[in-house]
Amino acid sequence: MIRDFLHYLIFPGFIFISLSGALLSGFDRKITAWLQFRKGPPLLQPFYDFFKLLLVKETILPAKGSVLTFLAAPVFAVTGAALSGILILLQAFNYKSGFSGDILVIFYVLAMPSLAYIIGALAAGNPLASVGASREMKLILSYELTFILIIAAIILKAGITLRISDIIQIQAQQGSFIGSISGVLLFVASIFCMQAKLGLVPFDMAEAETEINHGAFIEYSGSAYALVKLAKYMMLFILPSFICTILLGGMRIDGIHILWTILKILGIVLLFTLIRNTNPRVRIGQAMRFFFIWMNLLVIIAIVLIFFGL
Amino acid sequence: MNFKNYCFKKSLWLFHFGGASCNNCDIEILDCLTPRYDVERFGMLLVGSIRHADVLLVNGSINKRDKSRLLEIYRQAPKPILVVAIGACGCTGGIFAEGNTFAGPVDKIIPVDAYIPGCPPKPEAIIAGIVKLLDKIH
Repeated sequence: MIRDFLHYLIFPGFIFISLSGALLSGFDRKITAWLQFRKGPPLLQPFYDFFKLLLVKETILPAKGSVLTFLAAPVFAVTGAALSGILILLQAFNYKSGFSGDILVIFYVLAMPSLAYIIGALAAGNPLASVGASREMKLILSYELTFILIIAAIILKAGITLRISDIIQIQAQQGSFIGSISGVLLFVASIFCMQAKLGLVPFDMAEAETEINHGAFIEYSGSAYALVKLAKYMMLFILPSFICTILLGGMRIDGIHILWTILKILGIVLLFTLIRNTNPRVRIGQAMRFFFIWMNLLVIIAIVLIFFGL
Repeated sequence: MNFKNYCFKKSLWLFHFGGASCNNCDIEILDCLTPRYDVERFGMLLVGSIRHADVLLVNGSINKRDKSRLLEIYRQAPKPILVVAIGACGCTGGIFAEGNTFAGPVDKIIPVDAYIPGCPPKPEAIIAGIVKLLDKIH
């Protein structure tokens, strides 16, 4: 019982996910700075940002909005991120074997932070926040279909099993899924999906700083914004570890394998950073076309290849 | 120095308010964010919304129309907020001080924590002013 609580709260749970997410965010900012020939902020910068927002700044509530919804939304975002992280990591680190259908539960819970941002933005009573919320909604509609197709392809490739621990087992026996042609196609599609889920640059139209001033988060300040930031840090760790689990052969933390796990996560985050620093922001219509036509096509080709055993 | 002030010092987010500026100071402020001067080394970011800001940079002469907007921005900012007046116009009014639309230098309207004079101040001068501002936080 106490062991379970420690699992949920400390080691593969909340504290661990937040710490590693914040470190990954610092890594991302440092790499961004190097790509632009700058020195960049210190690696611990996300911690300073978070504690400044949480402890020092005043939280301003909207006068013409729903205060309770506005404040509850970031809490839901953090809860969703933590819940999905625990569900993924407990099985990736081989603490629990999970239940049948948990990969679908993770799919639903991973959508919670984005939905919470939309609800919070609509409760803020700011026109720019509404624009941001509407864009985020369209973005969700476009990438979730691709994401569920990717999960369907993974389930098919693992021989119709709905358990993450079985998927990891099968990869341990037959080699990682990325070792095949269909696996590479799925990896490309999932990288773009995660980019959109994280709201990084080619798909950051929901919080476009230069046109709609942080969009969905324009009215957040102080500790509410600190929770939004925390949810973003956590997602930056959870989504790469989800890709690791379903495509790159899981994450093991015994002996020398811990090095490989760290390298896998850092490699995926590096890929996100490179994509985000070398691309312009696309319009929402372009993003929808990109996912609805091209990414879905890629995943469907992968599914057909899986049927032929490639 | 306690933990709260340390975090505040390490992560100041900037919001830029340009009054009736000739755009010279605006360009010099943006220069500080370019790779050559890179104030993100100190954790400073330019943010688009006043709700996220810790430092309000004000430049340009403040005329009667700007005054109400500056007050509105200052009221909307989450406290504690630091105000920096940049350039001769922001600090004293400069050549516009005698004009009939001029509504007073920035410190007549809102409390100012640091002044950076110059027309326009060089990026080095802006960074020096920011370092003095950091020393003010205790």
